[in-house]
Amino acid sequence: MSTDDTEPTASRAAQPGTGGPVTAGDGTAAGAAQPRSHGPRGAVRPSRPRDATASTAARARSAAGGIGGPPPRTIRPYGDTTGDGRVQVSFTLPVPFGSETERARAEGAALQLAAKMGLDPAMVVHAKGIGSDFTFFIVYGRVSHLVDMSAVTVTEREFPLLTAQEVNLRIRSELGRKFVVVGACIGTDAHTVGIDAILNVKGHAGEKGLEYYREIRVVNMGAQVGVPDLVARARAERADAVLVSQVVTQRDAHLSNAREMAAAFRDAYPGGGKPLLVVGGPRFDPAAAGALGVDAIFGRGTTPREVASYLAATLDGATRDGEPAHV
Amino acid sequence: MTSKLGLDPATVRTVRELARKAGEPITEMARTHTTVSVERAVLRLAGLNGADADGMPWVNRLTEAVQNSVGLEHGVALPVWHALTSGGHASLRGLAEAAAAGTVTFRLPGGDDARTARSAAARSVARGFATIDGQRAQRSRMIAATADPPKPWIYLIVATGDIYEDIPQAQAAAREGADIIAVIRSTGQSLLDYVPEGATREGYAGTYATRENFRLMRAALDETSRELGRYVRLTNYASGLCMPEIAALAGLERLDMMLNDCMYGIIFRDINPRRTFIDQRFSRQVHARAGIVINTGEDNYLTTADAVDAAHTVVVSQLLNEYFGKEAGLADAQLGLGHAFEINPAVPDSFLLELAHAQLVRELFPDAPLKYMPPTKHMTGNVFAGYLLDAFFNLCGLMTDQSILLIGMMTEGIHTPFLSDRDLALENVRYVRAAAGRLGESFRPEPDGFVATRAREVLGEASGLLRRICDEGLLNAIADGTFGVTRRPPDGGRGPEGVVKKAPEYFNPATEILDAGPPPAKNDNGPERTGEDSQAVRTPQPAEAS
Repeated sequence: MSTDDTEPTASRAAQPGTGGPVTAGDGTAAGAAQPRSHGPRGAVRPSRPRDATASTAARARSAAGGIGGPPPRTIRPYGDTTGDGRVQVSFTLPVPFGSETERARAEGAALQLAAKMGLDPAMVVHAKGIGSDFTFFIVYGRVSHLVDMSAVTVTEREFPLLTAQEVNLRIRSELGRKFVVVGACIGTDAHTVGIDAILNVKGHAGEKGLEYYREIRVVNMGAQVGVPDLVARARAERADAVLVSQVVTQRDAHLSNAREMAAAFRDAYPGGGKPLLVVGGPRFDPAAAGALGVDAIFGRGTTPREVASYLAATLDGATRDGEPAHV
Repeated sequence: MTSKLGLDPATVRTVRELARKAGEPITEMARTHTTVSVERAVLRLAGLNGADADGMPWVNRLTEAVQNSVGLEHGVALPVWHALTSGGHASLRGLAEAAAAGTVTFRLPGGDDARTARSAAARSVARGFATIDGQRAQRSRMIAATADPPKPWIYLIVATGDIYEDIPQAQAAAREGADIIAVIRSTGQSLLDYVPEGATREGYAGTYATRENFRLMRAALDETSRELGRYVRLTNYASGLCMPEIAALAGLERLDMMLNDCMYGIIFRDINPRRTFIDQRFSRQVHARAGIVINTGEDNYLTTADAVDAAHTVVVSQLLNEYFGKEAGLADAQLGLGHAFEINPAVPDSFLLELAHAQLVRELFPDAPLKYMPPTKHMTGNVFAGYLLDAFFNLCGLMTDQSILLIGMMTEGIHTPFLSDRDLALENVRYVRAAAGRLGESFRPEPDGFVATRAREVLGEASGLLRRICDEGLLNAIADGTFGVTRRPPDGGRGPEGVVKKAPEYFNPATEILDAGPPPAKNDNGPERTGEDSQAVRTPQPAEAS
């Protein structure tokens, strides 16, 4: 429960100069001094170049005239004023929050971390002991970091989003038969929620699943399917695409399972013509398809319609691996 | 007193009757069949523990050897205790080792030999039940020596994969306010056709359910219960291919609650439907004997199906779970029927719909320790909005007098909860309980208002669905995708090869003891719905209200 003791803490932290010897200023100084001596793994990037960019960008922005000008190339977080750089973070530190001294030290520790994270000034607005050994903090502060919009890269969807009717039409005209999808959760993963959301007629986020598409035939193998079983079933069903969902990510099981599956399909179709390999799950990087040896990766929030549109788009020209997709 | 929702007592009687009708053929099938796991549970109750060098339990080795030699249609007990009583083997363990080495020839005894084997088997298994009965009595003593927490009981999860990490986390969670600790199982354990042995330190998204892990955690929570002056309950999963064995181990090691749903394994783990129903009946008989509260899994249907459209499937499943549970000897206070707060918050009146569903379940099952599950499907990663949704969940649970609240995490679906996530979640429920815990007594939905009308509508849909299930058969309904929108044919899924039709001479000493009924003892584990705790006006069972 939020307690009486947290209130004074928050207000004390909010008042400049009452934080004792460990203040945001000290924390910043320590943070600025430390990247090279205490960050040997390179986890903390040197701050100089960024600061230089910052002032350049600030000049650029004022030159551009602020509001009403072209979209700025560099931006910083927005609290309530353009360019104020204000952010909020929360974290827990393994420090006690009991006695007066412990509380002061805990807050000092939080401010030091905030400073090293680039928050300057930083303000501990909430601190609360959790059990006898931990303290939870909420910190507001200003970051000097800039976002260079020109350096932001995203994977844009490379296919048009179609309606179910359009997908069906394309399958009919390009393939002349039903498109066969075999889906499964492989490895130890028993969480079929993801694959079911894509495949089941019920679908997800208001969109019907692939079973709803007249021209798609769905074989849902369910949970914890072995890769050899998946390959065998894909062959038996003459699958056009294999959809695999992976939720469990301990020790990157989702990555090793995906690689194992890709290798098994390569081995099983030495002459080419293997089905499209599609993996999905909340922890996949959509840009890593090539590295995993699969044709496509879908991340969190993917809807059945996106998957159907992708499958339909692959039918253009109907070639895959340099071979006719299916004869 | 009358139902807050104006439920028609005749309709309530009808849906119960329909559930019984739908379930009876399944019960008959369960009575006339056994499974490899039921037979292994018999050996576990008789005290056969441990595993071979490959980690395969001796109960599996021995059952396999019997199956290969004389089949399982007569049960494992007759041939095993015949081999034991005819000499040459000092113990069950010795026999199992010899059987695994292929040096035992099993045969089915007749006449006096059969009588000797039967009574030896019965004596061995009775010792297992004596341990279970002793653990049940020990639970009562522990509760008397500490205290039973007021409801709703706060249910928290630990799931590190390492029992030695789980223990301090569970103890910390109890100190932070958890009344029930659930140790989530390793992903995939439900599909293992054996129960791993010993203390385990590696698991995927959870910790293996093993007898030693059960024992270690219960001992740690006993220590914490004494420290806190409040009995902290322990939960695990009697589900998957080894459901009967895990139920037996839970009874032997004094777990307090077990997840045990009549259809969950079928629908969400693709376990063969027949295997599930047969295993389930035995496991529920064991739970009844052990004073264990079962938790059913209806909340899961709403994670794949729409929580508004499928609301009646939850009620149907609860009625089926109630029928199967009572048929197996469970008391009302042992039926932790599940449901969930999973309606899309973008749906207009979503909170009113949740209230209608939760109150309906409360009134249909007035004496059951209902387990209410927090939102998961619509937790988006916006932790701030999620925290608000969890508060509404807590409010709904308190207003409708739910018995067990699984505490929602604002970071649901993002990662395993941070220490601070759990702390904030407890702060949330404490606030709602302190601020509005007694709102239920003033909650009187208008008889023809939205909430009451919706509840009656869901009950009506449940009645319609139950009629359809009675007509086409429950196994066919499951095959049609009635529950959770997943189609599961009766012959599909994992584990059908472990199902065996009983021969006329089938003998199972555990079933004989279980069928003879429970030892005289009142249930001491379920939450009492009386006393200062039920400040919210107790809702009478509608069927009795008229």
